[in-house]
Amino acid sequence: MTVAADLADERLVRSKGLAGAVDVVWRRLRGGDLGSLPVVVGLAIICVVFYSLEPRFLSSFSLVNILTYAAPVGIIALGIVLVLLLGEIDLSVGSVSGMGAAVMSVLVVRESQSVLVGLLAGIGVGVLVGLVYALLFTKLGIPSFVFSLGGLLGFQGVLLYLLGSEGTINLPSDSGLIEFTRFSHLTGAAAYALVAGVVALYVLGGLWTIRQRKRAELSAPSVVGLAVKAALLAAGLAGLTYYLGIDRGWSYLFLLFVALVVLMDLALRRTRWGRHVFAVGGNEEAARRSGVKVTRIYVSVFVLTSTLAALGGVLGAGLQTSVSQATGTTDTNLTAIAAAVIGGTSLFGGRGSAYAALLGIIVLQAIQSGLNIVGVDSSVRFMVTGAVLLLAVAIDSVARRARSSSGRG
Amino acid sequence: MTPIDTSKGRGAAASDRAGRDTPAGSGLALSLRGVGKRFGAVQALADIDFRVGAGEVVALVGDNGAGKSTLVKIISGVYQPDGGEIEVDGRRVSISGPRAAQGLGIATVFQDLALCDNLDVVANLFLGRERRQSGIVLDEVGMEQEAWRLLRRLSAKIPSVRIPIASLSGGQRQTVAIARSLVGDPGIVLLDEPTAALGVAQTAEVLALVRRLRETGLGVILVSHNMSDVLAVADRIEVLRLGRNAASFDARDVSIEQLVAAITGASDEARSGRDDLAATPNPAGGTS
Repeated sequence: MTVAADLADERLVRSKGLAGAVDVVWRRLRGGDLGSLPVVVGLAIICVVFYSLEPRFLSSFSLVNILTYAAPVGIIALGIVLVLLLGEIDLSVGSVSGMGAAVMSVLVVRESQSVLVGLLAGIGVGVLVGLVYALLFTKLGIPSFVFSLGGLLGFQGVLLYLLGSEGTINLPSDSGLIEFTRFSHLTGAAAYALVAGVVALYVLGGLWTIRQRKRAELSAPSVVGLAVKAALLAAGLAGLTYYLGIDRGWSYLFLLFVALVVLMDLALRRTRWGRHVFAVGGNEEAARRSGVKVTRIYVSVFVLTSTLAALGGVLGAGLQTSVSQATGTTDTNLTAIAAAVIGGTSLFGGRGSAYAALLGIIVLQAIQSGLNIVGVDSSVRFMVTGAVLLLAVAIDSVARRARSSSGRG
Repeated sequence: MTPIDTSKGRGAAASDRAGRDTPAGSGLALSLRGVGKRFGAVQALADIDFRVGAGEVVALVGDNGAGKSTLVKIISGVYQPDGGEIEVDGRRVSISGPRAAQGLGIATVFQDLALCDNLDVVANLFLGRERRQSGIVLDEVGMEQEAWRLLRRLSAKIPSVRIPIASLSGGQRQTVAIARSLVGDPGIVLLDEPTAALGVAQTAEVLALVRRLRETGLGVILVSHNMSDVLAVADRIEVLRLGRNAASFDARDVSIEQLVAAITGASDEARSGRDDLAATPNPAGGTS
């Protein structure tokens, strides 16, 4: 039997069968390549703890709520993942989300524009902020920490100015935005059809990769492994669909968030742009010398981050049915950043994944929801969230040391 | 031509070449005549002549401050010369920037390698020149195949191309950096101190790599401090001293002592001393 070109080196330890696969995973973990394992373990612990305190925590009503309310800040966190990949930071995402929501609500309620115009304007504000940030960063060389700190204060001021003396704007309850964010859920046959479609796409993608690699005489993942993973995915999704279906089902808002995460993941891993984002985050000078248009990468990422923040803001406003002076302040910023970090995005740049936003925000939302159900004061919630963030960063730092001692970067 | 077209065309050309086992013989001839560069009051380079042909390894040696780095940067397009002519294959050119140098077929491997530690070997090899399927999606399989072809062409010892650069040894990183310079299918490869940070075995590996570059018909410029490395692989050795051409040797008939003498200027002083004596028979005429 001929050996595939990429397995020909005699120094490569070939791992065969189940034992081999387990060994590979174990070695990777020992080497500090933790991936999303800490988050998944953390989530399991959170579930066990809160379930033992209050079984309602894992009721389908509670789970639907957790997922739905995780979505708006999750979308903001997705943008944070992008800036963190570059080794930069955007502290103003909460304020930008609040400003976007305020612009939309003012247009819709006071100026009686259509919701669509309001949405576009709100999101457009995000694009604009991102462009200004990119300009400040690439042309003037101002550190992102500084100008986004300015934005944090400045845009909160804009929010207060727009809301004026009233302080709160209630969105019309018959608007499509509220319908979409609060009351639209996917359940029953349609939900199972979606699960089937997702699993089918996963299998087809996997088979295509296997076929391509075999044709190129490279080693290919095994069909059995793919089948096992697909079966697990199908069982998990179908089980969740059933369980959430007991209550309202998958909320459209959460599905939109997941769709954005999947799209971002594909863009990061499968396109030239995504490759360049990782390169700039890893070694900017090397990327520049290799012909990567570094400025464009910065511009695209700052714009995407602010845009996603504004999108999260308007959707969050829909979910809350109103925009108030507190929209997008203090904890939105930090929750979004914490979610990205807890999900496993490194603060040092060049390491992370779009799924970090999804996992991280579910952890934080689960904690918040669990503490609410148990009936704990919000002061405790802040302390717990802070401790979890600290733990996540500590895990990142320890894993980083393990990586450098085992040569995984 | 758009950048995309360029990258596709060059990628295809590279894969054609790498497929062949025989020397490709597509190296370029680069020649510099009377090139100078001045920084403020310092004349870093003056009236430099330098040439490298296809299938030839030319070593560039000199003490610190001799102007090696300046010359390297002029050839790789980082600095613009103040004067003089640069010709590639007999055509007069100006190298206006690093991209222009690459476009002319001159690839530079800088001393600090400029690799992204967090990316794998394939991603580093094709960084900035990624191949794509249907215009959007990265052609990972195609790039991985091509990566193996490039590395085999160099008989390089990289166990896997899907491990991050951070886990490779210094010699392996140097190998990846050199392999990357070949992705654009250059005619001339400029190596800046490729063995400076390497151990004995790794140095031998890189020197073997340099020989294989020559065998495939490339012109190689090797900048080095290490005389034994230079003597081991170079065909010709150009010595710079204080920004000027000090000497040029055929590597087959030169000793380390001669080289060191040319680098430090000991031979110049010896020769000029004799010249003085020959030119001035009357010793009294020499003192004025």
